[in-house]
Amino acid sequence: MNEEKNENINDKDIQVVLGTLLRAGVIISMSIVLIGGVIFLIHNKGVITDYKVFKPELSKFSSIGEIFKGLSSFHGDAIVQFGILMLIFTPIARIIFAIFSFLIEKDYLYVLIGFIILAIITISLNGGLAH
Amino acid sequence: MSVLLFTIIVLLGAFLAGLLGSLTGLGGGVIIIPLLTLALGVDIHYAIGASIVSVIATSSGSAAAYVKEGITNIRIGMFLEIATTIGAISGAVVAVYLNANYIAIIFGCILIFSAIMTLKKKIDHTTLDKTDKWAKFFKLNSSYPDKGVDHAYAVKNVPAGFAMMLFAGTLSGLLGIGSGALKVIAMDNIMRLPFKVSTTTSNFMMGVTAAASAIVYLHRGQIDPGIAMPVCIGVLTGASIGSKVLLRTNTDKLKIVFAVVVTFLALQMIYKGISGL
Repeated sequence: MNEEKNENINDKDIQVVLGTLLRAGVIISMSIVLIGGVIFLIHNKGVITDYKVFKPELSKFSSIGEIFKGLSSFHGDAIVQFGILMLIFTPIARIIFAIFSFLIEKDYLYVLIGFIILAIITISLNGGLAH
Repeated sequence: MSVLLFTIIVLLGAFLAGLLGSLTGLGGGVIIIPLLTLALGVDIHYAIGASIVSVIATSSGSAAAYVKEGITNIRIGMFLEIATTIGAISGAVVAVYLNANYIAIIFGCILIFSAIMTLKKKIDHTTLDKTDKWAKFFKLNSSYPDKGVDHAYAVKNVPAGFAMMLFAGTLSGLLGIGSGALKVIAMDNIMRLPFKVSTTTSNFMMGVTAAASAIVYLHRGQIDPGIAMPVCIGVLTGASIGSKVLLRTNTDKLKIVFAVVVTFLALQMIYKGISGL
């Protein structure tokens, strides 16, 4: 969307960009999950799993900060979590894109609706809700 | 069980769940959760966290195709996402205070309900009556292309549909599923949308809805990379292949067989939940 910006961008163009954005988000994030998964398996393949009881205190990467910290030390499971994080942000990026496209269309009601959804999601980003 | 063996079993199971979920329209999440909990003894909290991630992957993947075709009604989707995201976060928050056994029982009931819904014959409720003032205000009436022809449709009962979406979102957040069956009821039966528009728009909304509750789950440590990785890769691969096969197969018989299997799984989850109380 460059020089077309001031022209009348119709719904069809928006839909094509939106579709591409979603697909790219899924492909990229799932590739990261796959790479992280392979590294994780190489290092942990013989470890015995135990998921019988939910132990939240054992989870190492349960916030964005922890995931990035683990990423810098190249942990397989941190890379998987990073891919999942990107996957979670794919539909959120879609909302942000939709807000822009409604702004260009001058449909301010839907710009507002987009912001309301973002606000709701931001509330969930507040880790306090989880405890 | 070693991590390698566990990953391979979950990967295969998730692949089948994704494949069957997309062929029958039930979704991968409702199958992978019983599989993880009943067959592998995984705690339902971990199963839900992994499932919600796979819901984001499959719904975003297939929404990409539908959106490009112009069938998805983005305005209806975004308008109703207000309801589904509020519901999803509430559901995910409530899930902390609920004992795993109660979650299993509710899950089983929703599973049976979804299985019945896939078997029920769909009745077309579409209308051209554009008198609903909410639909007019939110610009929800639209048209969709089918074989080169544009079909116009009008939207009815917006507040009731919105309320139903709030409920669908809550269950999605509570159970880690897409709750497509409930969304389709809200859109087909209450808001009177054409099937094509309701199924694709429901899919479109699922990603954002699941993302809202996934963030809560992530912070709570319910998304474990060791389970989420094979689940989301398996379900996504299965669902992508399923959607390609779907175009050339008649799935009526498969749906019946599958509904029976799913009901059996659901009863087991309910039984396990009740006996654990």
